[in-house]
Amino acid sequence: MSARRRPWLLWVPLLGFILLATIFVIGLRKPDDPSITSKMIGETIPAFALPAATAGVQGLASADLTTGTPHLVNIFASWCVPCAGEAPQLEALARNGVPIVGIAIRDRPDDVAGFLTRYGNPYARIGSDTTSKVQIAIGSSGVPETFVVDGKGVIRLQKIGPIMPEDMADVQAALVAAR
Amino acid sequence: MIAEAGLVALWLGAALCALQLVLTILTLRTPLVLSEVEGRVASASPGARASTSLSTNGEEMGPDGAMLAKAIRPVAVAQGLLTCLAFALLILLFIRVDLSVLLVAQNDHSEKPFLYRFAASWGNHEGSMLMWVSILSVAGAAVAVLERRLNERTLIATLGGQAAIALGFYAFLLFASNPFARLTPPAMEGQGLNPLLQDPGLAFHPPTLYIGYVGLSVAFSFAIGALVTRDVGPAFARAMRPWVLGAWIFLTIGITAGSYWAYYELGWGGWWFWDPVENASLMPWLAATALLHSVTVLATRDGLRAWTVMLGVVAFSMSMVGTFLVRSGILTSVHAFAVDPRRGSFLLALLALYIGGALVLFALRVGTVREGSRFDALSREGALVLNNLLLTVILGIVLVGTLYPLILEGLTGDKLSVGPPYFNSAAGPLALLLCMAMVAGPLMRWRREDVRPLLRRLAPAAALVVVALIAIKLFAPPIGLLPLLGLGLSFGIGLGSIEPLFGRNLRRTPLFTWGMVVAHFGIGVALAGMACDSAFTVEKLVAASVGETIPVGPWRVKLASVTPGFGPNWTSMESTLEVERGGAPRTLRPQARYYWAPPTETSESAILTVWNGQLYTVLGSQAEGGRWQLRLWWKPFVTLIWAGGGLIGLGGFLALIGRLLRERRSAKNRELYA
Repeated sequence: MSARRRPWLLWVPLLGFILLATIFVIGLRKPDDPSITSKMIGETIPAFALPAATAGVQGLASADLTTGTPHLVNIFASWCVPCAGEAPQLEALARNGVPIVGIAIRDRPDDVAGFLTRYGNPYARIGSDTTSKVQIAIGSSGVPETFVVDGKGVIRLQKIGPIMPEDMADVQAALVAAR
Repeated sequence: MIAEAGLVALWLGAALCALQLVLTILTLRTPLVLSEVEGRVASASPGARASTSLSTNGEEMGPDGAMLAKAIRPVAVAQGLLTCLAFALLILLFIRVDLSVLLVAQNDHSEKPFLYRFAASWGNHEGSMLMWVSILSVAGAAVAVLERRLNERTLIATLGGQAAIALGFYAFLLFASNPFARLTPPAMEGQGLNPLLQDPGLAFHPPTLYIGYVGLSVAFSFAIGALVTRDVGPAFARAMRPWVLGAWIFLTIGITAGSYWAYYELGWGGWWFWDPVENASLMPWLAATALLHSVTVLATRDGLRAWTVMLGVVAFSMSMVGTFLVRSGILTSVHAFAVDPRRGSFLLALLALYIGGALVLFALRVGTVREGSRFDALSREGALVLNNLLLTVILGIVLVGTLYPLILEGLTGDKLSVGPPYFNSAAGPLALLLCMAMVAGPLMRWRREDVRPLLRRLAPAAALVVVALIAIKLFAPPIGLLPLLGLGLSFGIGLGSIEPLFGRNLRRTPLFTWGMVVAHFGIGVALAGMACDSAFTVEKLVAASVGETIPVGPWRVKLASVTPGFGPNWTSMESTLEVERGGAPRTLRPQARYYWAPPTETSESAILTVWNGQLYTVLGSQAEGGRWQLRLWWKPFVTLIWAGGGLIGLGGFLALIGRLLRERRSAKNRELYA
């Protein structure tokens, strides 16, 4: 190694490490937010048609969301514990006249029926997405998630995680804005 | 009381570690006494080559120093014993399921089988960190007891380096990750019954890898020791080599076993996913492989001095970076431990201290290390330099790919993940180039080689590659370029790697030469397996009714029945598949399992291994109309991947034994002729 002629070369590894450490510092400082926001916000909801998730409910198609009134699209599953946690909030919204439609992810008809009996049914329609295809198409990566879709079928808001009592104001404001 | 005893043992170990560091500094600062040096040089003269490269001028220790130095070895040994005691006590707590200890309550469960209670002690952050420190101290103790070849001052500096590293990690354990913390009131039952972690492969995979990672600390400390005493030469390289080789063997076995575990357990049919944690194990392996080769150049030809020291620093630095990546939570991965931001900052501070410190020392000192011997570009040294450069570039590619999501998120806020296409297309061609250098290297002479004889020696392997490529093109279905080249090349590696044995008396060929041949042959075997898997795998995803037969490659798979079953903490749907390809039918039983605590669905794949590959079957969920989802793969010669990995590890083992035998013999000879 011709270190004697180019002594600066010996400091290159250290510089490389300082760069690496800087990246680590930035990485550590960033807020730990594992949620993935949808790229579909502001876009029209993609076309889909899902069969009914259980007996006694209607299936869901993208056409049901372009009726002129804003909708709440709730991505849920009977096997998802936080989904049960947001049931009272959804119930309250439904009582206030907000049209809520559901998409059951990787679920079975009997389980969905059981879930509705136990936690109530705020949904006007429930589509069954057994392969998560529609879920991925609208940019959702987990359950529960809730989307505010305006009367023309444009996605206005994405709420990742369960709707808790403190989130109600945001959701209602978005519904008003989407009108 | 056991937990308190463990904590006391840990504190005592930390205190001895501090003492070891202080003793080292005092010893190295005491001035020289001339008579002492003369006596030493005289006694060392039979092994004259060993001491010629030492810059002993004016740096030998005085009588006080010698007194202090005598204390260092016992201190290192006592420290190793104390950490082992602490670790043993933690294991005891886990076996007895002492729920008044927080860590046990979080990770253990009284209904777990013995083996998994035992393994649970290192299946968590604190416990695995204690294992880390234990291995570190034991490695230090082993150097103190076993290392007799090295110049005493360099050895002491090495033990000082080991103590300096250990001290930081003791602090990390004691202040930020205490494994012995009590829980009041004690828990009624433990929470650690995760069924996915109850697998013998998972229980013993981490210790193997850890011995590899932390074993590299010895190479790091050797490099520090050599920089402090400016003693970089063949004797230093010969002393360092077995330690590097030992750690490298464990890393190789750990990575190979981990790859097979992921393959059969995760049910995706893949054997390498370029997951950040896999990369964290691959990077130290790449650096250690480079180090292994450059240390040979230094030991045999006294070349590549600065570079070898650099690699010694880089290899263990990669281990520490990997530990940081996994435990700080800055990268998301399936392997990630539950994280605490304070721990990330603590680890980063340790990283800055050790890696930064070592690199500063390197920059300041290595200029004063005399230049090693020179050599021609076309020589065995040249081939090893090429090997080192390629391994380093591949290491860089893996590092950048692993960190790129982090960099991008820091700069733009976008989230993305870097997948196999990047790694395969960036590192693949370089790896093939590396394989060619690997075949050519051992066929060259040291110092300088002529083109013609070399070409003559390479001709058979090259001809075989051409024949293989033509045959594959003619007879096999069309395949991608990289798998095609890989498969063709693997034949050449197979032949070329055993060529160093041609014309030799096989019984007199040294064991370490056999080791090299076996390891290089193993690379060829693994490469063939990888190429076959990516070129010839047949995948079928079907919804089959009971009684239906599905063709997969040469196989006919009949879904005979699906029956419910149950185990201690799960229920399952078990399918019976009757498979045949012209012979007697065989039965495979892949399962879909449902655990209830915590509610988890897993698929237990069923794999049929035959001489030319594996039939890999997975049962999915039920589809409409009473049909069942089945995933079927026919993977020709996929087993070669792990067989190759095993051969590489075996080669390393033979080389290690061979080196140790030769050293014992030459030590005996020295005694005889002294």
